[in-house]
Parts: sequence; structure tokens; C-alpha cells
Amino acid sequence: MAEGVARLPAQGSDTQWPEQAKRLSIYLVLLAGAVVVFIPFAWTLSTALKAPDRLAEFPPRWIPDPIVWGNFPEAVTIKPFGRWFLNTLFVVGVATTGTIMSASLVAFSFARLRWPGRNLLFLVLLATMMLPDQVTLIPTFVLFRHLGWVNTYLPLIAPPFFARNAFFVFLLRQFFMTIPLDLDDAARMDGASFFQIYLRIMLPMSKPALAVAAIMFSQFKWKEFLAPLIYLNKQEMFTVSLGLRTFIGESWGTEWHLMMAANIIFMIPLILIFFFAQKYFIQGVVITGVKG
Amino acid sequence: MSLASARSGTSRPLLRLSLSSRQSEALTGILMASPWILGFIIFIAGPMLVSLYLSFTRWDLFTEPRWIGLRNYEQLFLRDAKFLLSLKVTTIYAFVSVPLQVSLGLVLANLLNQKIRLLGFFRTVYYLPSVIGGIAVAVMFRWIFGTQFGLINGMLSTIGIQGPSWLGDPDLVLVSFVLMSMWGAGASMLIYLGALQGIPTELYEAADVDGAGNLARFLRITVPMMTPVIFFNMIMGIITALQEFVLPFIMTRGGPANSSTFLVLYLYRNAFELFKMGYASAIAWIIFIYIMVLTVFIIRSSSMWVYYEGSLKGR
Repeated sequence: MAEGVARLPAQGSDTQWPEQAKRLSIYLVLLAGAVVVFIPFAWTLSTALKAPDRLAEFPPRWIPDPIVWGNFPEAVTIKPFGRWFLNTLFVVGVATTGTIMSASLVAFSFARLRWPGRNLLFLVLLATMMLPDQVTLIPTFVLFRHLGWVNTYLPLIAPPFFARNAFFVFLLRQFFMTIPLDLDDAARMDGASFFQIYLRIMLPMSKPALAVAAIMFSQFKWKEFLAPLIYLNKQEMFTVSLGLRTFIGESWGTEWHLMMAANIIFMIPLILIFFFAQKYFIQGVVITGVKG
Repeated sequence: MSLASARSGTSRPLLRLSLSSRQSEALTGILMASPWILGFIIFIAGPMLVSLYLSFTRWDLFTEPRWIGLRNYEQLFLRDAKFLLSLKVTTIYAFVSVPLQVSLGLVLANLLNQKIRLLGFFRTVYYLPSVIGGIAVAVMFRWIFGTQFGLINGMLSTIGIQGPSWLGDPDLVLVSFVLMSMWGAGASMLIYLGALQGIPTELYEAADVDGAGNLARFLRITVPMMTPVIFFNMIMGIITALQEFVLPFIMTRGGPANSSTFLVLYLYRNAFELFKMGYASAIAWIIFIYIMVLTVFIIRSSSMWVYYEGSLKGR
């Protein structure tokens, strides 16, 4: 049927309508998905603005009456939230820098350089990615305690400089593999060293992948709670995610309105990070391939 | 490459240069990989050996570990019904939720990669669930899935349906977890979108010159160029799902009747609530071996369907 239509001489005017219908259906699907994604957020905001005795209203009320803005200041003042925030900014900033630096360098080596044992070690690297953190948890804790690192941020920020999270080495290596080898070969002909190829070709061409890696890692680090839980005992040293957990009561005591207010504050920096890095994706038709 | 080999074939000094440059390449390669190699020895291999040793012991963290051979493993596989149940529910969760997430992520990425308005808006909204992830999502959905005051059942009862106990029914709790994981499919979408935009436009331009249609462009260019990324996401998704901890820990504490006690949660219980460090180490090793066998299987099969632009195979 569609084929028959396409064969008619007045092809141009006929294909315009299906094109618009297709466009409309894409918008409808995307919009429906957006609504589904948005509902829990809206409910979180709604809960965060409710008075404690209005939490269990039936039917569910989307716009609280009264609207209690005071939940937000209450949530951040009953806990040392400001300090937690700065702690987390510090940990995430340093750890992300360490991961991007080490992971991209290591990924370049695995993607582009030939050295004895590389393929074997890459399999090992893959295996470490699959290693449940719990396998190394107890012995690592013993090591860090021996070094006197408990109640410092070192257990959270030192391992990233050693590409401890092999996930990101793998991600960047996969991306580097999609960049044509001709560029390397040409640069080699011009006498460039491997480090120059890494710095001048691979990194600039991998900005979107690096941005994705930085977003994913900082996000992971911001939400990380098992390591902070183990290594940080003093409340003023907590990260936000660890602090967030102090709102959860045992079976009864959770104050959902404050919990949700804290939740919203918790996710604001993450959304900001995303907005900042988003330019890579908006501009981001990646300039891979051989330039003329 | 052919040019380089032609060059080195022309005269002897160049040949010798290419040999020594091969050695310097190897040296540079090891040097560049050394941060990871060091980290691997200090933070992974060493601790792993220690935990392997511990898995053959009984250790309560305070007294000396006592060697008991394979008894932890015997106990787990032959007499520990809770462990076998956790193996089962974790496997079901991983193998249902991950393919669904990957497919949904791909569909969303392809829809978003068109020239549409409000692209930034949609992208941001779909990404939001993974932004807040972990504990925050768990707490949020514990509130939303609530039997009495939860949003879902509240909405259902306004149209006269009495909602089920989403997190309190052993038959339903995994369904609830899968539904919740679908809500976070936007995370992989972001990577697919990055990969879609990373496909050289030259390829599409060439296809246009050749007069290829939309379908041919999609099947001959988009899909082959995406396979490394799909491959990556499939592996990582399954590994992550098999290690799920925060969601059951926060939302159900593994219940009801251990129907959502995932493997890592069971491990955590043994290690940090019961202080059975040796037993927990054995569970950790079983999880690791399980994941490793699965992944080796996926990687072995990958050469059949994964395409790499800069593959070293030809060298």
C-alpha cells in the first residue's frame, strides 16, 4: 500500500503527510514517557511541601494545602547539611579528576599500544569490573586502617587516581576503538610520540565520551554510600548521601516530608552538573573520523 | 598501515628503527597502563587473595581466622536455602530487567537523535531518574509503592481498584523492582545518544551519495556502529543488576520471606550483621565466579556481532 503511494508521480506532496504523522507520534511517545518519568519527582516535591499530618491524605493531593516551604530549612538545619555538601563537593571533585586522568591514559594504552601481556591484562581488567566490591571490602578496610586513613577522605579519593574503577577504563577504551587508526598512523609519520597522540588526538576527539565518563563517575561518587559508611564515622565528615540516610527511620520514624525535602536538595547539584556537561551533547555531533 | 610496512621494507636502517620503536611502544604502553597496574595490585589482587583465604575460614573479625577448608561452600550450596533463593531471585531480576532496559534505552536514544524540538527537555527528563539513583530512588519508591498511603495504590483506589501490596507480596516484589529499574533506563540512553552522535557524519553523507534510504542507513551504518556500545551496556547492566544492593536494602530489607534478598544483600547481612566474615567471603567469591563465567560467555560471543572501527585485528 505504502509502496503504491510512493510510486505515484505526485510523490513530494504525498510523503509530506506521513512525515508529519511520524513526527507527531514521536512527540506523543516522548511526551508520555516524560510524564511517567516526571510523576515520582512531582510526588516527591509535593510530599516535601506537605505538613506532616497531611502526608496520608486520600485521594492523593498533588498541590499541598497548606504549602509548607519551611520543610526545606527544617531539613537542612536539623542536620549539618551545609558541611555535608562541601564534603561531598570536595570528594567528588578530586575523585572525578583522578578517574578521568588515570582512566583515559590507561584506556589509550589498552586501545592503541601493543605491549606484552596487554590482552591478558585487559581480560584481568574486565574481570575486576565484574568483581563485586564486597570481595575486596574487608581486606581493603584492614589496609586503610593500618595506614591510618579511617576518618579521612583518602579511602574515597586515593583509589580513583589508580583507575580503581575499571568501568571507566573500559568505557573510554571502547570509545577510542571507534576512532580510526589512520589518524594515529598519520601522526606517527609526522613524528608524534604516543603521549602526544593521546594528548593531541585522542583526548580532543573524545570530549563527549570524557564528558559521559565524568558525568557517570561524579554521579556514582555523589551517591556512593557504602564506602563513606565504612570509613567516615564522625557526623560532620559525612557526605550528603550518607547523611541522607539518617532521615530514614526504622520502620516507623521516617519523616517523609523532610526526607523528600532533603532528597530534592540532594539531587540539585547532580542536575546542575548534568546541565553544565550537556553542552557536549547539544553541540556534540562528534568529530570522529578522518578530517580532510 | 600498508604504507608503513612498505616504508620499512625499503631499507635496512628503517627496519631496525621499526624494531626499536616496537620496543619503545611496549615500554610506553606499560608505563601508561601503570596507574591501573599498581592500583590492581594494591586495591584488588591483594585484597582478593586475602578474601579468598578468608572464604576457607571461620572469622568473626575479632578473634583469629580459623581454617575450615571447603565447609563454607558446602554449607551454602547444600544446606542454605536462603542462599539458593537469593541466587534465584537475583538471576531472575538481572535477566529480566537488563534486556528491557537496554531495549528501552535504545528506542529512546533513537527517538531523541532526530531533529526534534525540546530535545534538551526530553533528554534531561529521561536522565533525571539516574541522576538521583541509589538511596534516593529507593526511598522515593518505598513511599510510592506503599500499600496504604502509596501514590500508586492511592491513584488506583480513586478509580475503584484496590491496589496490591507491591513490596509486601513475595510474588510481586520482583515485578515492582523491574518496573522501578525501567524507570532508570535513561542512564543507558545517554550513552547510546553519545554513540549515535559519535558516528562519523561522513558515513551518512556517503550513504546519501549512494542513494541509501532511511532503513538502509539505520541497518548498515547505525546498528553496526552501535554494537560496541550495546555490548558494553549489556555486560555492565547484568553485572550491576547481579550486584544490586541498595534497592532491596532500603526498600524491603530483603523481604517478604527473603523474596527480595539479593545476593549482595545476603552477603552484607552475613558480614556486617552476623559478623560471619569467612562465610560472607565465600558468598563474595561465588558472586564473582558467577559474574565472570557469564561475562566470558558474552565476550566470546561478541566477535560474532560486535563491530570495531579501529580494530587492531588487521594489524
